[in-house]
Parts: sequence; C-alpha cells; structure tokens
Amino acid sequence: MIPISHVLVLSALLFSIGVLGVMLRRNVIVVFMSIELMLNAVNLSFVGFARTMDDMTGVIFIFFIIVVAAAEAVVGLSIILSIYRTRKTLNIDEFNLLKW
Amino acid sequence: MIVFFYVFALASLLLALGVLVFKNPIHSALSLVGTFFCLAAIYVMLNAEFVAVIQVLVYAGAIMVLFLFVLMLLSSNDNDQYALKLNVPRGLAVATTGVLLVQILTAFMDPTIRFGEPGAYPVERIQEIGSIALIGQLLFTEFVLPFEVISILLLVAVIGAVIIAKRRVS
Repeated sequence: MIPISHVLVLSALLFSIGVLGVMLRRNVIVVFMSIELMLNAVNLSFVGFARTMDDMTGVIFIFFIIVVAAAEAVVGLSIILSIYRTRKTLNIDEFNLLKW
Repeated sequence: MIVFFYVFALASLLLALGVLVFKNPIHSALSLVGTFFCLAAIYVMLNAEFVAVIQVLVYAGAIMVLFLFVLMLLSSNDNDQYALKLNVPRGLAVATTGVLLVQILTAFMDPTIRFGEPGAYPVERIQEIGSIALIGQLLFTEFVLPFEVISILLLVAVIGAVIIAKRRVS
C-alpha cells in the first residue's frame, strides 16, 4: 500500500514544475504543455484521495477533468494556430494585443 | 511494490523537468509523453486502472499527438529564442513557485487533516464489481447529468476549434 503522503508530495512537485514551466518558458506551446502537466498533478492527488477515502467520486472527477483538458487543448491549439498566422512567432512575449 | 512507486515517481519528476529545460519543443513534448506513461503506471499501483487506461489513450495518445501535429506545423529552426534564461524577474518567478510549493506541502502534510467518513467503495468491493463496471454504473446513474453536459462541451469545443482555426485573415 502506497502511503498517501508520498503521492501528495509527488503531485505537489509535479504541479510546481508545471507552474515553473508556465512562468519561465517563452514558447507558447511549451507553456501549454506545462498546463497539461499541472492538470495531471491534480489528477494524481485526486486518485490518491479516492484510494485513501474508499470513494469513487475522485475517479469520476478525473474522467471529467480529462474531457475538459482535451477540449481545452483543442481550442487552445487552434487559437495558437490563428495567432501564429498573424504574428509568425510562437514567442509568448510577442502576444501583447490585449496588453495596455 | 513501493519500490516501483519510487522508480516511477522519480522517472516522472525527471521527465517533467525535461519538459521545463529542453530547448527544442518537440523534445519537451516527448518528455511529457514519458511523464504521462509514468503517471499511468502509478495509477495502476493505486488501483485506478480505468484512469491509467484513459491516461494513455487520451492524454499520451490523442492530446499529445495533437500537440506534436501543431508543433511540426509551426516548427521554427530558431529555438534559441525560446531557451530557458535566468534573470531577476525569472528568479522572482522561481521564488514565488517555491513559496507555492511550500504552501501546498504544508496543506497536504497538515497533521490535523481530516479525511471524513470512508466512502462506500473499498478496494475489495471495487475488485468484486470491477473498476470499469463500477465507473460505468456511477456515470450513468449518479453522474448522468454532468456526463450529458460534458458531451455538449466537447461538441462546442470541436465546432469552436474548427471555426477559429479556419478563419482567414483578410
């Protein structure tokens, strides 16, 4: 039996790596991948809690999180595609249309 | 058993760091696929076989293939401008993330943490019914409304993606 605290520490570390990726990387697709990593870290803690508490709701939640992540990836990547058409770059610092 | 958990935990952390440090985004994407596989192995060890299967099929399969498609469509030879550089604002970002990590760990490691009443599905009962059969039952009884709503969300996402990606700039 794997202790829940170890699963939670792994989940926290993976989440922090995802946050670092969002803050440090400049390639918008890598930033997007880091967001997926954060979603996965949350899924891991959901599984850990579901196992410890003998409950299935956490697993059902992961099902919905993965569906939302898929929808998010599809819409986000199409937005990146259409921004790339006008800006010809993937550098997130150049995407400043909404900044003032 | 627990040794395998540590092996896969370490592997997933190293591969996740690879996503952070690789200069070429394609290497980052492949590293992320590796992380997803390691996490799927950990899900199997935690008796969540269904999650492990959809992790490999949907995440490592569908979503990452989509990422790689877009990466190869928009590939640029000049990866140096995206390389990880450290300066003062970046250092502040690292420090903020450190604080966030400490905060999450304090919340998780709180000795007074209360888990509440144990639920109705201990491991023996899940194995008796079957993990996937049980999830199917729950999805079509207790969670049937969210299940239907999420299908509409997927439909909207597909239509939205086609419209956004198709529009021509005049």
